[in-house]
Amino acid sequence: MKILVCMKQVPQKDAPLKLNESSAWIREDVSYEVNEPDAYALEEALRQKEKHSGEVVVITAGPARSRQVLREALAKGADRAIHLEDPGFVGLDAVNTARAFAAAIKDEKFDLIFTGLQSDDYGYAQTGVILAELLGWPHATIIMQIEKSDSGIRVKRELEAGYFQFVDMPLPAVLTIQSGINKLRYATLIGIKQAKNKPQRKVPLAEVQPALGSNMQKIERLYIPQKTKNTEFLEGSPGEVAKKLAEKLRNEVRVL
Amino acid sequence: MPDTILVVVEQREGKLNRVSWETLTAGQAIAAETGWTLEAAVVGGSVATLASEVATKKVAKVHAVESPRLEPYTPDAFVAALKQFLSSKKAKLVLMPHTYQVRDFVPKLATAMDRTVISDCIGYKKEGDKLVFTRQMFQGKLAADVSFACDVPWFVTFQSGAFRGDKVEAAAAVAPVETVKVEIAENVVRNKPHEVFKEAKQAVDLTQAEIIVSVGRGIKEQKNIELAKQLAEALGGELAASRPICDSGWLPMDRQIGSSGQTVAPKLYLALGISGAIQHIVGMKGARTIIAINKDAEAPIFEIADYAVVGNLFDIVPPLIEEVKKAKVGS
Ligand SMILES: Cc1cc2nc3c(=O)[nH]c(=O)nc-3n(C[C@H](O)[C@H](O)[C@H](O)COP(=O)(O)OP(=O)(O)OC[C@H]3O[C@@H](n4cnc5c(N)ncnc54)[C@H](O)[C@@H]3O)c2cc1C
Ligand SMILES: Nc1ncnc2c1ncn2[C@@H]1O[C@H](COP(=O)(O)O)[C@@H](O)[C@H]1O
Repeated sequence: MKILVCMKQVPQKDAPLKLNESSAWIREDVSYEVNEPDAYALEEALRQKEKHSGEVVVITAGPARSRQVLREALAKGADRAIHLEDPGFVGLDAVNTARAFAAAIKDEKFDLIFTGLQSDDYGYAQTGVILAELLGWPHATIIMQIEKSDSGIRVKRELEAGYFQFVDMPLPAVLTIQSGINKLRYATLIGIKQAKNKPQRKVPLAEVQPALGSNMQKIERLYIPQKTKNTEFLEGSPGEVAKKLAEKLRNEVRVL
Repeated sequence: MPDTILVVVEQREGKLNRVSWETLTAGQAIAAETGWTLEAAVVGGSVATLASEVATKKVAKVHAVESPRLEPYTPDAFVAALKQFLSSKKAKLVLMPHTYQVRDFVPKLATAMDRTVISDCIGYKKEGDKLVFTRQMFQGKLAADVSFACDVPWFVTFQSGAFRGDKVEAAAAVAPVETVKVEIAENVVRNKPHEVFKEAKQAVDLTQAEIIVSVGRGIKEQKNIELAKQLAEALGGELAASRPICDSGWLPMDRQIGSSGQTVAPKLYLALGISGAIQHIVGMKGARTIIAINKDAEAPIFEIADYAVVGNLFDIVPPLIEEVKKAKVGS
């Protein structure tokens, strides 16, 4: 099976975020990491390849810094990487990101494309499904299990509140992967060494530009959300805070 | 003719989900503010009964969009049906609840119509002639006001809990229901879904717990779970967790709180090292008192906490356990 995995670089989970001068985006001088479900998507692709052989290709769209995501993926076992490299990719809406991917892979033939179910920064929860529609492929979202079947694949979709559903579908297909579908592996030293010699294709913005349109949605402003609740902050040394908490538990919450 | 707002409600096995009512409330509020007409649509195999239920609310009309191929749900059939329907029913704004099912098909629908979806919104604002929609970004750490830069229909999905479902206005007179039969060719539907099921029975029922101590990734390592367990025991409560803790296998899945886990409403919910992503919040915001301990003063969990401690949980929890034990002995 030939599998493409879309992996995005996003600000680290506990990175303190600051607005930029225009208040339309964040200041980019923060630490980054792989979008969490995308790491699970890569792991799943590697496992499928180990079972059925084939090839795992990773793709990302972002500035030079996002190459780190591809490096890590190659070190974990991906066979090659495609980097849509330009700071301009950061500002695309989900439709244009999907168009850029579709344009970049137009000469390839994949059986499966994996994306994460949602990005930590934009949180559109859309890119994978849009890509499927652009390619004319079927899709399934929030996937927790993938088995090859005679006619294609059988996937397990997560539904709300602890429900699940199996779905049979033909290939090629796009799947959006949920965190927790498998256990992540670490890169090995050998893997890190080998990664350096694996093929990486760079795709400049100009190459996919003809496939893009103007963004159909626009961030007017970005801001720190207003508090809606009257939160009481308890301060002091750990010992003092513990005393204050116990006092609240006794007198206000009445559980002691 | 005034513009139309269309709310597409979600049903499963003949019942509307709660977020559908919330989205109707949103639609009513936007209609009141803009003067646009509000209509609703129910989509499925046979939805006449549900459509009449929606028709008792303050809407101008309800469309029952039907085809035998819409049962069971598949994204292919839903997109085919709604695309057909929306080519005759010209709407300016199409609102849907941000459920797992809607996220599964609405990006495809919008793309098929060369439009976009502003997804997972928590509110809207009318600024002069412009409508902007507010959505969370960066896992709730920031919010954004987003506008459309394309032709209508504009697709918007609303997050669970963004509006009050119990505030949906009833109709003065029952609205007319119109049945729309859509044609969906057999070869359109590619996915073959099986029955919906629940995994093996839950071992613990956290919905009945009065006190819950819940751990998030701030606990760092599996062995540190023991610390939270001691606090839970001292308080006489249950231990729960955010999703990543259960994904890592540090606690069993049935202790997960949130949209894909359990929804709880205890007397006390004590969150240790949990950031407060919306998928977690929806599972616990009904708690009577929420206490959060987090080292990041800007963590979104503090937006809904009653009592907040900005600090390292490993410094605060051990003396807290001692204080709780002392208080228990004293009482
Ligand atoms: C479709 C979908 C469904 C989901 N369902 C669920 C669900 O049901 N339940 C759920 O929980 N999540 C769910 N999630 C995941 C959710 O989006 C978040 O990723 C998750 O809740 C984050 O968990 P966390 O707060 O433990 O971790 P993080 O977001 O990593 O937060 C860890 C927190 O710990 C704090 N911290 C770190 N060290 C310390 C310390 N020493 N002392 C104090 N604080 C510390 C940090 O400041 C940070 O705020 C779902 C996501 C999606 C997309
Ligand atoms: N710039 C990007 N580079 C690589 N993958 C991306 C990018 N944007 C979105 N994706 C993929 O699409 C998924 C969903 O993102 P989103 O639609 O933004 O929530 C992510 O989990 C990634 O797998």
